[in-house]
Amino acid sequence: MPEITAAFGVAFGLIVSGDSELLQIVLLSLEISLSAVALAALIGMPVGAALALARFPGRGALVVLLNACMGLPPVVVGLFVYLMLSRAGPLGEWGLLFTPTAMVIAQSILVTPIIAALTRQTVEDLYAEYQEQLRSLGVGAARAIPTLLWDGRFSLLTAVLAGFGRAAAEVGAVIIVGGNINHVTRVMTTTIALETSKGYLALALGLGVVLLLIVVAVNATLMVVQSAARQAEG
Amino acid sequence: MPASALRIHEQPVVEGSPRADDGPLPLRLDRVCFEAGGQRLIHDLTLTFEAGVRTVVLGPNGAGKSLLLRLCHGLLRPTAGTIRWAWDDPARVRRQQAFVFQRPVLLRRSASANVAYALAIAGIPRPARQERVRAALEQVGLGHLAARPARVLSGGEQQRLALARAWALGPKVLFLDEPTANLDPAATRAIEAVIAAMHEEGVKIVMTTHDLGQARRHADEIVFLHKGRLIEHADAARFFMRPGTPEARAFVAGELLA
Repeated sequence: MPEITAAFGVAFGLIVSGDSELLQIVLLSLEISLSAVALAALIGMPVGAALALARFPGRGALVVLLNACMGLPPVVVGLFVYLMLSRAGPLGEWGLLFTPTAMVIAQSILVTPIIAALTRQTVEDLYAEYQEQLRSLGVGAARAIPTLLWDGRFSLLTAVLAGFGRAAAEVGAVIIVGGNINHVTRVMTTTIALETSKGYLALALGLGVVLLLIVVAVNATLMVVQSAARQAEG
Repeated sequence: MPASALRIHEQPVVEGSPRADDGPLPLRLDRVCFEAGGQRLIHDLTLTFEAGVRTVVLGPNGAGKSLLLRLCHGLLRPTAGTIRWAWDDPARVRRQQAFVFQRPVLLRRSASANVAYALAIAGIPRPARQERVRAALEQVGLGHLAARPARVLSGGEQQRLALARAWALGPKVLFLDEPTANLDPAATRAIEAVIAAMHEEGVKIVMTTHDLGQARRHADEIVFLHKGRLIEHADAARFFMRPGTPEARAFVAGELLA
């Protein structure tokens, strides 16, 4: 027990002193997760909105599949991306394995279904309200998608948040495709896993605290922005 | 509401004579039926809407008033019968119509952006939009609220904004589905003034209401529906003086129809 207390002390010291290694790991983590979420939003939002408006046979099954993909196991996605990017894989020539780019790709694959599925739900609800008016104005489906995404912007923040939470917290995919290489692909979650297994709890705990703080801060900021905007926009 | 604001639409209004330009009218409905969920909601409606006269569709709840408007506007397809405009090109006909719903559907952006959006969809080039938006908001007395987010406007203001959006499009035909239901008398007066101004401009008005007072104020002719059937289609003055059917007599007398 005193060991753990001591570890907390060291962890706190690392955070307060702005330890450079810790800082580097935090920044790389943020860079990767935010890039992955941005990429996922860019793909997932139009796809989700299109699925909300489209009517075709098999649509119901596709919606179920998309919802199921919100729970993709990170290690399986990591393995899949690993196979694609490994030297012998179809995309091996790109030489991306064990780079931050590979980690962004893997996390995007994890986050895209989350954003797409939540967007689908939001846009579908909004379209139920807007449909007659938009049709009356002569708005086609292709034009309705950006309109509905913009009008659903506050609700869609929640989808982005959920995606960010997933990306920031997962370890399975990034450790497989990133390799947890010191100063190159080491992020908060992989470092916590590594340091804990080595029995060096201080850095692990410090990073754990930072990770929690970041997730809470990001959520709080967006909540404040969302409710302020809602109040202003009605 | 300055009268000069009325002048942005091209066609001149010729008083007292048949309009030089009836647009896509007349609109002819021939034995139109509409079914949903295995129930026939509109029965064999045969009816013609002419330019120039204000048509008020009257009837108790569930008479099919809203359905009739939606069928005319093309939001619903009849399950039997035909709906024909004088023009053959559906896209051209669509551009000459606007629809104001009972509950205004406004986009989550400013009042002026709501009007500008409709103009953009209608293919109005960007430089021309600004002036039209301004004139439309002035027309309904919302000029001072142009920058306000549409969703924070009051119910009456929202409906006026919906009217401004319709007016900005310069339609030949305006459908209004219970435009003043749930509004207080002041808001109702403001809405009715805009409708009257649009009529003066030569816009064909087709409006549903279950408010007899509103029908008396604004109808040139009455289409009286009951249980999805056309009961009477008559000159408004005649309809209110001497209703031709027991149902219409009861309705005008303010009785509840079974």
